[in-house]
Amino acid sequence: MMSDEEYFSDGSDGTFQDDSMRFDDVEEEDQYLEDTRFDKPVKKAYEVDFKVHSDQQIRSGQQAQFEEISNILGLDIGQAALLLRHFKWQKEKLIEQYMDNPDSINKAVGIRPEAHEDTKITKVKDFVCDICCDDGDSMETFALPCGHRYCVECYRHYLTQKIKEEGESARIQCMGDKCTMAFDASDVQAVVDDDTFTRYKTLLDRTYVDDRESLRWCPAPNCIYAIECGVRQKQLNQVVPTVLCDCGYQFCFGCGLADHLPCPCSLVKKWLKKCEDDSETANWISAHTKECPICVSTIEKNGGCNHMTCRKCRHEFCWVCMGPWSEHGTSWYNCNRFEEKSGIDARDTQAKSRASLERYLHYYNRYANHEQSAKLDKELYTKTEKKMTQLQSTSGMSWIEVQYLDNASKVLQQCRQTLKWTYAFAFYLEKNNLTHIFEDNQKDLEMAVEQLSELFEKPVDQLANLKVEMMDKTAYVSSRRIMLLEDTAKGLAEDRWKFNVELV
Amino acid sequence: MSFAVRRLQKELSKIHKDGLPQGISLVKADDFDEWLLDIRVFGENPLYKGQRFRLKFKFGNNYPIEPPEVTFTTGLERQIPMHPHIYSNGIICLDLLSPSQGWSPVQNVESVCVSIQSMLASNRKNERPEGNDEFVARNTKSPKHINFVYDDPTV
Repeated sequence: MMSDEEYFSDGSDGTFQDDSMRFDDVEEEDQYLEDTRFDKPVKKAYEVDFKVHSDQQIRSGQQAQFEEISNILGLDIGQAALLLRHFKWQKEKLIEQYMDNPDSINKAVGIRPEAHEDTKITKVKDFVCDICCDDGDSMETFALPCGHRYCVECYRHYLTQKIKEEGESARIQCMGDKCTMAFDASDVQAVVDDDTFTRYKTLLDRTYVDDRESLRWCPAPNCIYAIECGVRQKQLNQVVPTVLCDCGYQFCFGCGLADHLPCPCSLVKKWLKKCEDDSETANWISAHTKECPICVSTIEKNGGCNHMTCRKCRHEFCWVCMGPWSEHGTSWYNCNRFEEKSGIDARDTQAKSRASLERYLHYYNRYANHEQSAKLDKELYTKTEKKMTQLQSTSGMSWIEVQYLDNASKVLQQCRQTLKWTYAFAFYLEKNNLTHIFEDNQKDLEMAVEQLSELFEKPVDQLANLKVEMMDKTAYVSSRRIMLLEDTAKGLAEDRWKFNVELV
Repeated sequence: MSFAVRRLQKELSKIHKDGLPQGISLVKADDFDEWLLDIRVFGENPLYKGQRFRLKFKFGNNYPIEPPEVTFTTGLERQIPMHPHIYSNGIICLDLLSPSQGWSPVQNVESVCVSIQSMLASNRKNERPEGNDEFVARNTKSPKHINFVYDDPTV
């Protein structure tokens, strides 16, 4: 069996150094953010500091902390690990409380530092396992320091069930009745097979990242990286912490969704919910129904003539001009009274009741349009690659020289993503002077994007001559995006935007 | 032979050899999937005086790593006992029977019966759990997987 120290040291290179350690304390976080703002003047207002960790680094990061606690409190690595996990990695709190009252903490966590080695696997004379009721002197038995000794086979069965079926890792306890003694990694390793132990370590890494507010797994499929970022949940109304994983996926650290700059997480959540609930229904209502001019019940005309009688208030009106049916006189079933005053009034009421619906659809349609374009991104990208190859053969340009197309395609994709979320942002924005600036920025970006998009679609034989124009346009589009994001990010940080909903 | 069957065989032969505590009797143990036991409560508790109750144990392949599913059933002269932690459909809310909370593989059929017996013996309330009617009408889950909140250590 390996010693406690060995199973963790898997050749990793001990990162998580000083600057990542600074995230640990809530009190330090403000200072941290300001520091970096002054240290790096090139950082844009909408950018946040973050760091990408591989699974190796995640593991060695934990190991470094175990060793630190182990040294400070004079415990072995496995016990230090259990303590840290119990305290959700808040080292200061752990040390302070442990110094005050080690006994009660040992009990709560399920460790017994004074009993070191008499645990583990041994054979006991005249042993009967209370769980499988088997006996025999050759039977291997196991116990944690609490002394609840059962056969290894039962423990293996138990641990495998906990790890593989229940997904437990950090809080596996002794099998004894009401016993809270905890399994540390070396105990688990002593009992289970390699496959289960690998699974156990993976689960531990997962709980480590999940337990720490400053870490989040990259949500891209099959990605093994975790991102470290100092932005806290409670800051999410002031920043939109967008991070870029080493796998190339750009996402929001706050909520884990794909990049949604400039829209804060809470608005994104509201917007997605609303779209899920409303958009299809709202579209249909808009296309197929009108409201009763008196009681504003929504009515679908599913056949028959234009003489409508509201089911609810019994008001009779004309479907075409919306005026009262009584004014139609003898010209029934042939509405030619569109200019009549009462009809105009009725249509006014109708228009007002439709305004909020139309407003939503205005933003939704533009949002959906950019989303649709974003879905074509992949296609666009393969097309670009093809164009780049074609261009090389027709114009004699080198691979390096045609990179501007690739660059343009990437900028285009990114800007569509941003534009999409500006519409969700705008939907919740209350109208005032500041919104004009925002809308101007949005308009400029959108126009520039469409122009670049148009250039991009040009046939290959023209593309070579458009190189300079395209590079200029790409740079311009990029700068418009930065401008818009800078403005919105500063506005959020300064609490300048007024929204028509509560940010929760 | 599965883990559960081996263990249940041993439990069964122990019961046949040593018997069960007073008030607990084995009714049916023909296989290793489901056993029936009767329990009686002694003493002066008027709620259960002179009555017998029938417990049904259902064992999975992972018994005793996982707890058995234990419920009261009705039958000839057998009712579901009145208790603030026993629903009228026989489901028992007891932390001992929850895989994630009170269960330990050290427990066995006998010890579960003894716990339930004492749970009845100490009860003075002639009532069903709160929300009994709704629970009984709607519940489709196996009792093992219901997330009870074990908030009342007194009864």
